[in-house]
Amino acid sequence: MPSLGADMEAGTVLEWYVKPGDTVKRGDIVALVDTSKAEIEVEIFEDGVIDELLVPVGERVPVGTVLATLHPVRAEPLVAVAVSPPVEVPAAVGAPARLAAPPPPVMRVPAAPATHRPRVSPLARRAAEELGVELSAITGSGPNGAITKADVERASSPGARAAAPDAPLLPPEPVDRQAAMREAIGALMARSKREIPHYYLQLEIDLSGAIEWLHEENLRRPVNDRLLPSALLLSAVARALVEMPEMNGFWIDGQFRAGPGIHLGVAVSLRGGGLIAPALHDADQKSLGEIMAGVRDLVQRARAGRLRSSEMSDPTITVTNLGDRGVDLVHGVIYPPQVALVGFGAVRERPWAAEGMLGVRPTVLATLAADHRASDGHAGGRFLTLINRQLQKPENL
Amino acid sequence: MSTEQDLRAVVISVLTNVAPDVDPTAIDPDAELLEQLDIDSMDFLNIVVEINSRTGIEIPERDYPKLSTLNDAVNYLAHAQAQVAG
Repeated sequence: MPSLGADMEAGTVLEWYVKPGDTVKRGDIVALVDTSKAEIEVEIFEDGVIDELLVPVGERVPVGTVLATLHPVRAEPLVAVAVSPPVEVPAAVGAPARLAAPPPPVMRVPAAPATHRPRVSPLARRAAEELGVELSAITGSGPNGAITKADVERASSPGARAAAPDAPLLPPEPVDRQAAMREAIGALMARSKREIPHYYLQLEIDLSGAIEWLHEENLRRPVNDRLLPSALLLSAVARALVEMPEMNGFWIDGQFRAGPGIHLGVAVSLRGGGLIAPALHDADQKSLGEIMAGVRDLVQRARAGRLRSSEMSDPTITVTNLGDRGVDLVHGVIYPPQVALVGFGAVRERPWAAEGMLGVRPTVLATLAADHRASDGHAGGRFLTLINRQLQKPENL
Repeated sequence: MSTEQDLRAVVISVLTNVAPDVDPTAIDPDAELLEQLDIDSMDFLNIVVEINSRTGIEIPERDYPKLSTLNDAVNYLAHAQAQVAG
């Protein structure tokens, strides 16, 4: 079970898209997993042939649990696959904390692990989920040792629980996704504020050139390819990061680790509340049109609850464009273990003094929240200045 | 050529696609859509794209403010359609 964001503790397999014997390629979507935040499509990161699916549909398991085993294409040894490079897991969960070190996703296990999986009726599985009973802790009384609904109900009685104190019981899957998401965000943000010494900077940026360029550019584009100011802002951040690698990455184990690419976490608010920040991969290498298309796709899939595991686990910095909702300024909370968050307020006309004259120009207030363990205000200031410089040459974005 | 009623139905259908939790009968036709439906600029762009694909009416960026309420949007589309036809 991959960690699909630092705030994830466990996940439920909703669907397997592969079966034993299927050949898979790195990047193929193999399963659908429900986290407290969304349904996520899990990609495999290794070529091979599926050997066994270890976690059945409907089962909720902690992050780090092996979901399936895979035969590598070339060699025989069996390989256990966590299905996605594990990122960081909050230590409090009880699951062993793991680090995001250069993807060591594949663990060798002795050939033929022969994991015994109980046969479970769908009815029993649903009951187990509702009652929060760990199926592996139950001995089945049905045909061939199959677990029945009655077995599950017996196991969930207080007496049975007390008798089996070692059974690793997970809390029942939260029914209310809204509440679960609130809780996950709360836990992660509390951790951010507790652990990360934030510093904050802001810079007002003149966007008159950029907005004018955008309007002209949009006249040439069919409606489906039109750009929003947010595409320019994201591109400017990505390009500025090329020169500021110390803002792009993670603080792990007392030291900074540079991100493997510039993957912007784009904060997307969900209808009805909640927030998710999936990754726009390699944003520094994308054209404005590609950034725009990528963000539209992300927003759409985030709201439909169809994000992919890589998008959830690997943003290297977060960008929030809360100004779209009208606010002037946003002081962000860093998403651990990232080290910086860039916020943009509303683009609107404001008084602007230049060359001794007062005029009116469209401007935006750009803010930076950064981790003082990884950088200082001097570097942060330079970063905002570089973003400004990028926005003064929109034709290069 | 669509009647005003058709256009209204299209707009409402597009709006509820973007904001599925909104009760179409509860939309105040004279209130600002952005605020009323809690939509952002990306949602608005999707609305414009979707209206275009369903009606063929092209809405240039400078006219976005003319679609700020449901009634405004329907009037704008009826007008734009009449111009194309005329």
